[in-house]
Amino acid sequence: MTEPHIVVHDLTMAYGDRVIQRDLNFTIGRGDIFIIMGGSGCGKSTLLRHLIGLIRPAKGRILYDGVDFWNADPSTRTALLRRIGVLYQSGALWSSMTLAENVGLPLGEYTDLDDAEIMALASLKLALVGLKGFENYYPYEISGGMQKRAGLARAIALDPEILFFDEPSAGLDPVSAKRLDDLIVELRDSLGATVVIVTHELPSILAIGTNSVFLDAERKTMIAQGPPRELLHHADPKVREFLTRGGTL
Amino acid sequence: MTEPAPTAMLALRQKEGRLHVCLGGDWRIATPQRPTVGEVILALEETRCKQVVIEDGGIQAWDSALLLFLEQLREFCRRHDIELDCRGLPEGVRRLLHLAAAVTPTTTAGAPRSPGWLERVGLRTLNLFDQTQAFVAFIGETALSLLRLIRGRARFRLRDLWLVLQECGPDALPIVTLIALLMGLILAYVGAIQLQMFGAQVYVANLVGLGTLREMGAMMTAVIMAGRTGAAYAAQLGTMQVNEEIDALKTLGLSPMEFLVLPRMIALIVMVPLLTLYADLIGLLGGGLAAVSVFDLTVLEYVTQTRTALSLQDLGVGLIKAVVFGILIATAGCLRGIQCRRSAQAVGEAATSAVVSAIVAIVVADSLLTILFTRLGI
Repeated sequence: MTEPHIVVHDLTMAYGDRVIQRDLNFTIGRGDIFIIMGGSGCGKSTLLRHLIGLIRPAKGRILYDGVDFWNADPSTRTALLRRIGVLYQSGALWSSMTLAENVGLPLGEYTDLDDAEIMALASLKLALVGLKGFENYYPYEISGGMQKRAGLARAIALDPEILFFDEPSAGLDPVSAKRLDDLIVELRDSLGATVVIVTHELPSILAIGTNSVFLDAERKTMIAQGPPRELLHHADPKVREFLTRGGTL
Repeated sequence: MTEPAPTAMLALRQKEGRLHVCLGGDWRIATPQRPTVGEVILALEETRCKQVVIEDGGIQAWDSALLLFLEQLREFCRRHDIELDCRGLPEGVRRLLHLAAAVTPTTTAGAPRSPGWLERVGLRTLNLFDQTQAFVAFIGETALSLLRLIRGRARFRLRDLWLVLQECGPDALPIVTLIALLMGLILAYVGAIQLQMFGAQVYVANLVGLGTLREMGAMMTAVIMAGRTGAAYAAQLGTMQVNEEIDALKTLGLSPMEFLVLPRMIALIVMVPLLTLYADLIGLLGGGLAAVSVFDLTVLEYVTQTRTALSLQDLGVGLIKAVVFGILIATAGCLRGIQCRRSAQAVGEAATSAVVSAIVAIVVADSLLTILFTRLGI
């Protein structure tokens, strides 16, 4: 078992009175590629939004290296947020900025680097995701897959310890999706980061996931956890059906 | 006792025609006074070594700062045909350097270059030509849609029409009331002060009446509607463009012109004259308030003088202008919205552009119509 990096303890997520998921308990180990999976509408993205501090839990705790995120003081929370990078489903690039400016913004806000260094570093981050030479392009001038990679360059701008991905392969062709998966693994290995991915793309889940949790919309809780390949033989038919795309092994 | 600040170390030594670069300590962005690549470059220029060997002399912590240093050094070595040996670096650093150097199939496009002045003139001319073409096409399509509407063949949802009628009509009443009332007051004040010098303040009713009905009622209502509704139309249609909703209509075989533009066009053609009529009444009331309360006119005097001074023709002039203004606001708002590019910034630009275009068009049209009506003796 790897050292715990993120611990989710008795987490209940709700919008007002409507409970999305309850009693979630799992641990994400340092260096894991942790998959959050489940059918549509089960609350995967909501869980991600809880993990990255966008939504306060209705109940329960989320601990980063033992620090309770929501019970920490604002400055500790800000420091914790600086340690994470997020790639949103659409890339979420700021449309009024070039790719280099998108990547450079967090560097400008959180470091003492001068403008030349920021631009050099932004170029380097773009090169890491295969976008060398696209520094001066605006998001609308590049394809959806490239926007995702630019979003990833922005996510790794501050050398985060934890990388969150919301449906990274959605909308990508299989070759681009595979390339992105390889890039995620490469960045995890090189940066030594922990990776958390929300996805229901089976090839990605089985290819790169080292650990996972399976959320169920009907029971409103997690019904399985463990390495995705082990869950192929899980006792719950719902999990098996999901991981075998409704077929049999 | 405080901990000493982390430091990054760089040691250079020349050996057998090679420059050995020994890195140690804390190589992170937050580390103060990190060595720069300039120091290595200077040593390379002095020693004229053709090979650089990077060594790990006890790197304790690293992040992008080390990567940037190495990438800049690699770029210098590449340009000066110097061999760079990074095998001594930690594995993670080597992998990232390799990743940064890897060229994927999508990296073949060159960076956009900035054109020269002659090219810029050409591009702007072409752009102007394209915009004119798009404008003419839009007007043509709108006219065809209106024709189809008259022939009962236009396809749009009546519910949408009611909704936009509500938005641009009754919802605009409070702001129109306020502006029209103040406009009447201002006209009365400005006129009455001058007329008082000749003892002719009763003619303030003529000034307010003619000014409001022929010019200011329609103009002020149009300016309000341009800022309020024209911008909203551009933003709505622009957002629909971003969300591919307009593409979805097209693929279903539904004309965005009929489905989206036509209801908005009808709403403004109907509502701007009605709001102008309302603004005229409120403007007259505002002028009356000032005339009676400050300039010693009686209500009867003001009403009688207003009835003497105004004719239905004056009201008609204002309403014809209002119809034209309604068409211009709808055209500017819808055209900018439909032309919007697919980004959040473009939606903002479309809204701004719609307001500016509409106001300019309103003022130009007002000038032309005023000259025309004067020439015709109306």
